[in-house]
Amino acid sequence: MLSHPPIIRPALILFVILSIITGIIYPLAITGIAQVAFADKANGSIITDAGSGNGGKPSGSSLIGQEFGTSDPAAAPALAKWFWGRPSATSPVPYTALNLDKGTGSSGSNLAQTNPALLDNIKARLAALDAADASVGIVRTITAPGATDSTPAQRITAVPVDLVTSSASGLDPHISPAAAEYQVPRIAKARGLTEDALRALVHQHTQGRAFGLLGEPVVNVLALNQALGNISR
Amino acid sequence: MNGPLQLMISLAVLLALVKPLGWFMARVLEGQTGDAPLGLGRTFGWLERIIYALCGVRMNVERRPVEMGWEPYTVGILLFNAIGFVAVYALQRLQGALPANPAGLGPVEAGSAFNTAVSFVTNTNWQGYGGETTMSYLTQMLGLGVQNFLSAATGIAVLAALIRGLARRSSATIGNCWADLTRVTLYILLPLSAVLAIALVSQGVVQSFRGPQTVVLTVPLSYDEPVMKTDAAGNVVSDTEGKPVPLTGPDGKPVTKLVAVTTQTIPLGPAASQIAIKQLGTNGGGFFNVNSAHPLENPTALSNFLQVLAILLIPAALCWTFGEMVRDRRQGWAVLAAMLVIFVPLLAATYAFESRGTPAIAALGVDTMAGTAGPGGNMEGKEARFGIADSALWAAATTAASNGSVNAMHDSFTPLGGLIPMWLMQLGEVVFGGVGSGLYGMLMFVIVSVFVAGLMVGRTPEYLGKKIDPFEMKMAAIVVLVPCALVLVGTAVAVALPEGWGGRAGVSNPGPHAFSQILYAFSSAGNNNGSAFAGLSANTPFYNLALGLAMWFSRFWIIVPVLAVAGSMAGKKITPATSGTLPTHTPVFVGMLVAVVIIVGALTFVPALALGPVAEHLQLSAPAR
Repeated sequence: MLSHPPIIRPALILFVILSIITGIIYPLAITGIAQVAFADKANGSIITDAGSGNGGKPSGSSLIGQEFGTSDPAAAPALAKWFWGRPSATSPVPYTALNLDKGTGSSGSNLAQTNPALLDNIKARLAALDAADASVGIVRTITAPGATDSTPAQRITAVPVDLVTSSASGLDPHISPAAAEYQVPRIAKARGLTEDALRALVHQHTQGRAFGLLGEPVVNVLALNQALGNISR
Repeated sequence: MNGPLQLMISLAVLLALVKPLGWFMARVLEGQTGDAPLGLGRTFGWLERIIYALCGVRMNVERRPVEMGWEPYTVGILLFNAIGFVAVYALQRLQGALPANPAGLGPVEAGSAFNTAVSFVTNTNWQGYGGETTMSYLTQMLGLGVQNFLSAATGIAVLAALIRGLARRSSATIGNCWADLTRVTLYILLPLSAVLAIALVSQGVVQSFRGPQTVVLTVPLSYDEPVMKTDAAGNVVSDTEGKPVPLTGPDGKPVTKLVAVTTQTIPLGPAASQIAIKQLGTNGGGFFNVNSAHPLENPTALSNFLQVLAILLIPAALCWTFGEMVRDRRQGWAVLAAMLVIFVPLLAATYAFESRGTPAIAALGVDTMAGTAGPGGNMEGKEARFGIADSALWAAATTAASNGSVNAMHDSFTPLGGLIPMWLMQLGEVVFGGVGSGLYGMLMFVIVSVFVAGLMVGRTPEYLGKKIDPFEMKMAAIVVLVPCALVLVGTAVAVALPEGWGGRAGVSNPGPHAFSQILYAFSSAGNNNGSAFAGLSANTPFYNLALGLAMWFSRFWIIVPVLAVAGSMAGKKITPATSGTLPTHTPVFVGMLVAVVIIVGALTFVPALALGPVAEHLQLSAPAR
């Protein structure tokens, strides 16, 4: 009859060996392969905007969005010439990918569908979009005769839902093609471009579904705006 | 039309991989030392032998590790996991003084470190912290990353022991736990993770040891920051709770200063290697705060497809492994069929609820109808590149399997769209479930079903030719009931505690949804899932402790009875099937199994769900006040 098998020594040594293999060798090996085969992507897909005039410094990551819009109607006219991305719930400013001083980074709003704050956020964003449009003479709402303050104005064109709801990460680099199209008339007027020229630019920065099937078609807002900045100041 | 098509393709690819991977895993779990298919034995066999030699694993005359009875096997597994807990806790507390910390992060607070250590050792990966702002690269790799592997290996090892117990006749042993842990890690988890990690990097997931990168914003931003009160010496004045006191001007309003923001800081890190095993091992703990919603953790529709596939891959394929190891593949198909019968309708329902969106938002003039150029539906807390279909698929998959990673914020789902992920967890994480743990949980439900069916037709309950005795029934009942008790008692305690204890303090939404947030947290912890209604501020003493305990008991109070069943079944004789034997591979039995799982889950949780998501749904469709 065998005595009890040893337990403590195998448990300790196996833990140490498997920790070294899975916790050090494995990530280092993957990093090595990644840095050789996909150096750009492994390091955050950093892009440099040649025309930005900031001395060739990195101007963003093609995977991380930046704030171009606002939910403040007073600030909206100044931003009318940019394509706006998704609203972002990060703090202290939208699209904060990392702020070590404040300990903040990627974040969604986590507002429930029944939370009145969600409706308030959406209303503020709609008001800001309308203010940006109004600043270049585009009217998006009609007020029915006899309407009071409590009955909302009627919208002529419905606003694509992704343009008024905050993303899961707060860093979403994309909007839907519908959300880009909604903004084309405003930006064309603000920049003195034709709508067709602008649509062609949007089209260049639109990615379809992977294999025509997976995911959703999207427009990269940062890339589109940087291209826009380069053709019209 | 595209949405349903995407869901069907994902399921089809998953089912196509069940057989080859299931066969492969059976070969690994039954193989000799240094022997594994696809040339892996030839490549890594030497390593396996060295590990056994260093650990002092006893070998028999055939040069195989000496097998263990269920008691030493259990003690070994528990001790191995306890060591893991100590290691993860220590790494977090000491990270400030350790290397691979380019962001210079300090030690993690003790309560949070306890919670996180339990969370990763139990394969839950509940996260009370934000990864990019809390954990150094070393803690992520050597603490959390290691447990991603070892907790998954633990689950598969326990399952392997249970299957051997069912398959063997009159045997005193159920395998060698050191060999199972080693072989699962070396031959199953590491190769699959390496392949997936490289594929993810090719899509843009970061894998780097550089510190955060600073980039210049195209449009500079600014914000108003409240100014804090300082005393004469220039130190910030704190109130009784230690929070800084804001400075107020003569008019009584808080004083603010305008802060300009001209740059953005992009976090990096060895993420891809960890995300691969996070999905394959049904761990789910994200590298970044928002998990797989983060564009650097899940950048494209293809990376999303691969990650969702990886969530379900091993749990589904283990069903085939089970059939293979008990030498009756029909038994494996029957269990997989039962899982699919529950999963597919719930997935379809989540998709339908999220596609519909919320009437109050549509009433503002927002386009919530899906079209060719816009996603429609409920897009709050969802990423544009995933839209509704991929977010719904992920939500169902991550809660059916006990993964818990997210690519959308479940807190912002519609009430009924959020009810389904919650209920999938409450079913006990047996619909796919965790790697290993899902199937061993389901096999306990099989024992209960066989017993119930035996009572109905008046026969002695048998499974795979073995008699089910009161001992197995007791153990199965413990496995079924422990998570239910943890969820309901935990939630009840949290909402019943007086103000100031912190149970109700963390909720971020009003009304029934606040209750849903607490119920979701305990459903997740009590079933080792790890996903959250993330608005709940769970990094508090109360939640760190309560959820930590729930995770610990739900993992190990199940593993022990499961291994006890393995030991007891291994010792039994196999009686030949007769015309009176209840077959356990037929559609009738699959229906029986599904019914038992659903009835237990419904009877236990419908009252609680009525107070949370159902009440919230009624509130949603009520006219605005």
